[in-house]
Amino acid sequence: MDTLSTNKEPVIELLDVSYKYADEIVLDRITLTIKEGDFVGIIGPNGGGKTTLLRIALGVLKPQMGTVKLLGDVPQKTRIRAGYIPQETSSNKWFPISVLDVVLMGLLSRRPLFHRYTKSDRKKASAILDELKLSHLVNKSIGDLSGGQRQKVLLARALVSEPKILFLDEPTASIDTLGQDEIYEFLLRINKTGTTVVLVTHNVGAVSTYIRSVACINKSLFYHPDGILDEKSITATFGCPVDIIAHGLPHRVYHNHD
Amino acid sequence: MFDIFHYEFMRNALYAGILVSIACGIVGSLVVVNRLSSLSGGIAHAAYGGLGLAAFFKWPLLAGAMLFSLLSSWVMGYVTAEKKERADTTVGVIWAIGMAFGILMIDLTKGYYVDLMSYLFGSILAVPFQSIVFMAILDILILCSVMFLYKELVGMSYDEEFSQISGVPVKMLYYLVLILIALCIVVLIRVVGLILVIALFTIPASIAELFTRKLGRIMVIASILGMVFTLCGLLLSFYFNLTSGATIILVAGVCYFIALMIKKFSKPSYKQVQG
Repeated sequence: MDTLSTNKEPVIELLDVSYKYADEIVLDRITLTIKEGDFVGIIGPNGGGKTTLLRIALGVLKPQMGTVKLLGDVPQKTRIRAGYIPQETSSNKWFPISVLDVVLMGLLSRRPLFHRYTKSDRKKASAILDELKLSHLVNKSIGDLSGGQRQKVLLARALVSEPKILFLDEPTASIDTLGQDEIYEFLLRINKTGTTVVLVTHNVGAVSTYIRSVACINKSLFYHPDGILDEKSITATFGCPVDIIAHGLPHRVYHNHD
Repeated sequence: MFDIFHYEFMRNALYAGILVSIACGIVGSLVVVNRLSSLSGGIAHAAYGGLGLAAFFKWPLLAGAMLFSLLSSWVMGYVTAEKKERADTTVGVIWAIGMAFGILMIDLTKGYYVDLMSYLFGSILAVPFQSIVFMAILDILILCSVMFLYKELVGMSYDEEFSQISGVPVKMLYYLVLILIALCIVVLIRVVGLILVIALFTIPASIAELFTRKLGRIMVIASILGMVFTLCGLLLSFYFNLTSGATIILVAGVCYFIALMIKKFSKPSYKQVQG
């Protein structure tokens, strides 16, 4: 595997970032730089601060300490050039909206206030649905889709604006293994065209085949730019030993160690 | 049958019904999909405090109602946006305090004789012409807001965080929706009264939602349904000498259950297909 050349621009720069929710420290002095074209897996236990880190990088949450830069500036200014796939919460599953209209939302950042979506916007949205083999669902209501289909629609929504960097929060939580592989393969393809991919997941095994580098988050950060996970860092992150899958070797599972 | 519209008050009632239905159909759809009905109820009841205050100081009553509904919608907007976990309680507290304040102010008002029932349950037959002008202006404001900001309103309602990241000023938009709700409530107090406001917000939009899954279409269908309900309610209340606001709401309620039945029997559920 090629290593990322050092002269690439950083797309995310977190410096000494801490975040507290009420009195609980969620993130403790995180420093992290992600370079253009990387495929980063952010792993860690539930409640370890993965989603919080992502939302800080997108400027949705403001950290109490430290500085955040996305694509070279404060995220509030630059995040319209990022794509984002939120965690599947299904809270808005029954919202009256068609698949096409959900994908069109991805172009909210391209059309200013008081303007409508154009014909070419609709074409773009249809094209991306086509690419993800979802064109037969274009007029379906989002609530009529399966979890996997809905997740792919959200992927289409994030990609339709051709983002420079793509954030995904547990994109495969509600999908079977086959569907997961399909999504990861697709991410790999767009990563090869130069899009930086930042993937949050608590599923260590699933990502190890695809990612270039790993950030393990459990309040603190353990960063592995070479993408190699070892037992020590996994144990340090999760607080207990877990099954891991060898990097680059799918389906070879290490035994649980004492 | 339509002879009754020779009376000016009936014509005014008809115009009011149509104009209010458009406002309610559009804003009510936003209320339903954003799950803002308890917040709307809170604003409506808080508006009663404004009625009391206006009575005490001898201001125009609806000016007082508007002051309080805008004020309470702003407070509730702030609390629901900043401290979501406290929102439910705050809405309940403002709801009750507004109402209690209104009752006390009216107690303190010397020689007060205005029929309070007409504000609790509305009196569409007594809508003055100025109110109709106000309703028409409000309709135009609502139509413009929804036409020019449709994609943002859909975006915010479906996925607030994503819209915010995409550069949509979601907070401003949320407050705009709340202001429209507050203004709608002020005109609705005239028609169905503050207690029944939530019904006219939610019932037409909920029925529309059963049959289409596009926000724009829900708004149109809800507006038309609202017109049908107010017109039927108006005629029934006139011929049988019933309270108009309550009749309108009961017509809407009965239709809601009929719609639920139609929905249930027209589209067999998954289980029935399997069985």
